[in-house]
Amino acid sequence: MSFITELWSFLRIRKKYWLLPALLFLVIFGALIVLSQGSAVAPFIYTIF
Amino acid sequence: MSKILGISAFYHDSAAALVVDGEIIAAAQEERFTRNKNDASYPENAIKFALAEAGLSLGDIDYVAFYDKPFLKFERLLETYITNAPQGFQSFRSAMPVWLREKLFLKRQLSKALAGTDHTFRGPSSILFSEHHYSHAASAFFPSPFEEAVVLTLDGVGEWATTTVAIGRGNTCEILKEIHFPHSLGLLYSAFTYYTGFKVNSGEYKLMGLAPYGQPVYKALILEHLIDLRPDGSFQLDQKYFDYATGLRMTNDRFAGLFGQMARTAESDSIETFHMDIAASIQEVTEEVVLTITRALAEEYAIPNLCLAGGVALNCVANGRIQRDGAFPNLWIQPAAGDAGGAVGAALAAYHRELGGKRVVKKPDSMRGSFLGPAFDVDQIDAELRSCGAVFETFDESQMLSLTADALAEGKAVGWFQGRMEFGPRALGARSILADPRSASMQRMLNLKIKYRESFRPFAPSVLAEDAEKYFNLSVPSPYMLLVAAVNDDLRSVMTPEEERLLGLEMLNVARSTIPAVTHVDYSARVQTVDASTNPLYHALLAGFRERTGCSVLVNTSFNVRGEPIVGSPTDAFRCFMATELDLLVVGGSVLYKGDQDPSLRQEHQGRYELD
Repeated sequence: MSFITELWSFLRIRKKYWLLPALLFLVIFGALIVLSQGSAVAPFIYTIF
Repeated sequence: MSKILGISAFYHDSAAALVVDGEIIAAAQEERFTRNKNDASYPENAIKFALAEAGLSLGDIDYVAFYDKPFLKFERLLETYITNAPQGFQSFRSAMPVWLREKLFLKRQLSKALAGTDHTFRGPSSILFSEHHYSHAASAFFPSPFEEAVVLTLDGVGEWATTTVAIGRGNTCEILKEIHFPHSLGLLYSAFTYYTGFKVNSGEYKLMGLAPYGQPVYKALILEHLIDLRPDGSFQLDQKYFDYATGLRMTNDRFAGLFGQMARTAESDSIETFHMDIAASIQEVTEEVVLTITRALAEEYAIPNLCLAGGVALNCVANGRIQRDGAFPNLWIQPAAGDAGGAVGAALAAYHRELGGKRVVKKPDSMRGSFLGPAFDVDQIDAELRSCGAVFETFDESQMLSLTADALAEGKAVGWFQGRMEFGPRALGARSILADPRSASMQRMLNLKIKYRESFRPFAPSVLAEDAEKYFNLSVPSPYMLLVAAVNDDLRSVMTPEEERLLGLEMLNVARSTIPAVTHVDYSARVQTVDASTNPLYHALLAGFRERTGCSVLVNTSFNVRGEPIVGSPTDAFRCFMATELDLLVVGGSVLYKGDQDPSLRQEHQGRYELD
């Protein structure tokens, strides 16, 4: 719950409400990706971490 | 008393630092404990060490300061993917599982880990987050010897920022300007690191070392096509040549097409003149960008002091240019300029910015010579060496110094393990391999028989601070080995016309000065000046070597083999000693000769570490 509160205050302070739909999409889409693989180990790419 | 634990982790080179009332008490990188180079994991060992150093538990810590802001970084990722969609799907698919499972919940993850380290941890409400570049800026300004300074941070990327300009005054440090991802000098350099077949994030210094072998023939091409540099120092990269924003490589085929060759694939391809020329070209471009920025800042703010941090600040050739350029008469560079130093910066930022803590400006600085890591007392050294099966004798300090100086004067290579470990990537005379720089064969011998690394890699000199100007064109102290300076003309060898014509790695076969082992092919050297006040034991050893040989310089390279983190304990030191052609190991007062050791203790050492 505290995570959602923090995420909401982050969006509010940064005035990035437009990211909210993207986040919702991500939760659904990301969940599919996460569930479809066993490990969260990604190749090391400089900019994605 | 306010006690703050700074943490840098989960990306690259994790570390912990302890700041008590604004004073840096301890700092160490996790890799030195786990023996895993650039270890990015939660720095449990480094945290335990830092707490033990001050006799504290986590319950005594008022705040834990983390060195970057994960939400902000995630925002950058999302916006980048949305901007470039549908391109970047592969990268998106690789990044999201890690972010949605772990990185987005970093606070929870960190709290859990801290509670696991020590159950007295005060809970998530004691965790603060500092922006990545603010952590760098804080690490550059607060420990510096300046009351007021311009603070420049340059690295690959943090959250959004890749370059920032801040002004530090007293106990404040405010960022005034930023350049944002994907426009990044650090990523430009890393793109060329990738293109020349070295590992991104650790091979950049190899590219820098390779540069003097080549000619900057591609400089104009880079400036024309890849980077748009403006007179005020701001810049943009033309993204059509790069793949790092949305792909899984640093550069793309168009980039390769521009230079007419495909990217070198790591160790399997040989290093050609082409790669040397590429290295020389990007090095010159980097220097031009950095100098354009610093000149513009000097003019704009009229403050004589400059502080530097961020990975690009480890480019000591560029640092040397800034120092000689003179736009800023005074320069101070954070010795742990990379991400590990973010731990110190985050803790200092929390103390000064959040708590309004007072700042005491110290000379020469507040980093204690960067000797902030673990030390071992006589009993610990004795016990560790005995358990390794080492044969050794323990002497008082003056005898130990005398024996070591004798061995160095005889041309022996010495493993030198003394006092507190260095914080940051450089060995500064606490965990070092030392040798005589006057020997023409020493550079090749150290590279191939001790460090097991590429023969083109240069070695750095340590010089008595009071004698530095006799050897190098360097008018300021360089205690952290972060400035490159030229070897003085009177020490240089006169070259024959045939020698002048040599190209590439053939240049290595010619002794270029009276201290050839530390003179790079362009007569430059990455100098460490050793001062008696910050580094008394090492200073005494150099003085002993001078007494015997008339030479105030030693080769100083990190105590490790290729791919291995610098040795952290006497046991690590003994293993490395046995596995290499080192002749002598000196740990505290204990002296070990190779000939006395049981050869069966020699272990396969090099193969244990992944090549960097």
